[in-house]
Amino acid sequence: MMHESPIAADIWFHLGPVPISTAVVTTWAIICLLVLISWLGMRRPQVHPSRLQMMLEIVVEAIATQIEQVVGRNSQPYLPLLATLFLYLVFANLSAVVPGAKPPTGHVETPAALAAIVFLSVHYFGVRTQGLRSYLAHYTRPNLLLLPLNVLSEVTRTFSLMVRLFGNMMSHEFMLAIVAFLAGLLLPIPFLLLGVLIGLIQAYIFTILATVFVGAAVTGREN
Amino acid sequence: MTIEMFSIIGAAIAVSFGAIGPALGEGRAVAAAMDAIARQPEAAGTLSRTLFVGLAMIETMAIYCLVIALLLLYANPFAG
Repeated sequence: MMHESPIAADIWFHLGPVPISTAVVTTWAIICLLVLISWLGMRRPQVHPSRLQMMLEIVVEAIATQIEQVVGRNSQPYLPLLATLFLYLVFANLSAVVPGAKPPTGHVETPAALAAIVFLSVHYFGVRTQGLRSYLAHYTRPNLLLLPLNVLSEVTRTFSLMVRLFGNMMSHEFMLAIVAFLAGLLLPIPFLLLGVLIGLIQAYIFTILATVFVGAAVTGREN
Repeated sequence: MTIEMFSIIGAAIAVSFGAIGPALGEGRAVAAAMDAIARQPEAAGTLSRTLFVGLAMIETMAIYCLVIALLLLYANPFAG
């Protein structure tokens, strides 16, 4: 039993000359869903909120508190990026539960894009808060000899951020396929439940690691 | 034996031995965190957050092994 490679993208259809993979379509669907929910909840924000507005406010405030505890300063500049990252990852990882949908994080390109966004925004926040000179100086912090190691760790931590998410989601998808192949009807259900747990934990870990990286960049201390 | 067979054996060895170390390390980390939470339940929030970040760091080693296995199985540079 040989699956298609998880490293290659599975192309669903071609839009002119541009191949569109299933992950991209799922991502569009998730973006539309998130925008729709936020628009419905915040269309007419009121002091006495409706149910949906209340729920959205609770979620955003909970994420803001978490970020504030990790970064140790006002979470306002980092909230849009990190909260969007978390909400998107939750929806993307849990889309495995919807019949027929595959989580876009189970293919290598979506986690790679997310990790690249985190990588770039860490430097952006660091330079904006500390200034270019003092931000670059933190690479030589304990000693100038450690400069190559610091630069290397910058690359490896982004790489492992990508591969952690991809590896967990992909291997779970594989496991589900194998279990469904062995016993089709009821046995996959506990594994699906486990998949919900794994998806939530991975979304949390990805976001908290991104927050820790941003926090380390803006405060100039090591994590 | 062909390159493909060697690759499959190599992937199995990489994952199986690569899982041992991180498993032991994560077990120790969780045990230490449980101990700390039992002693100081009011610090549970900070402890569990730090625990998650630490577990993610430890897990990285196992994930590197998984990457090696995937490369061997799906993107093998030696098998044509």
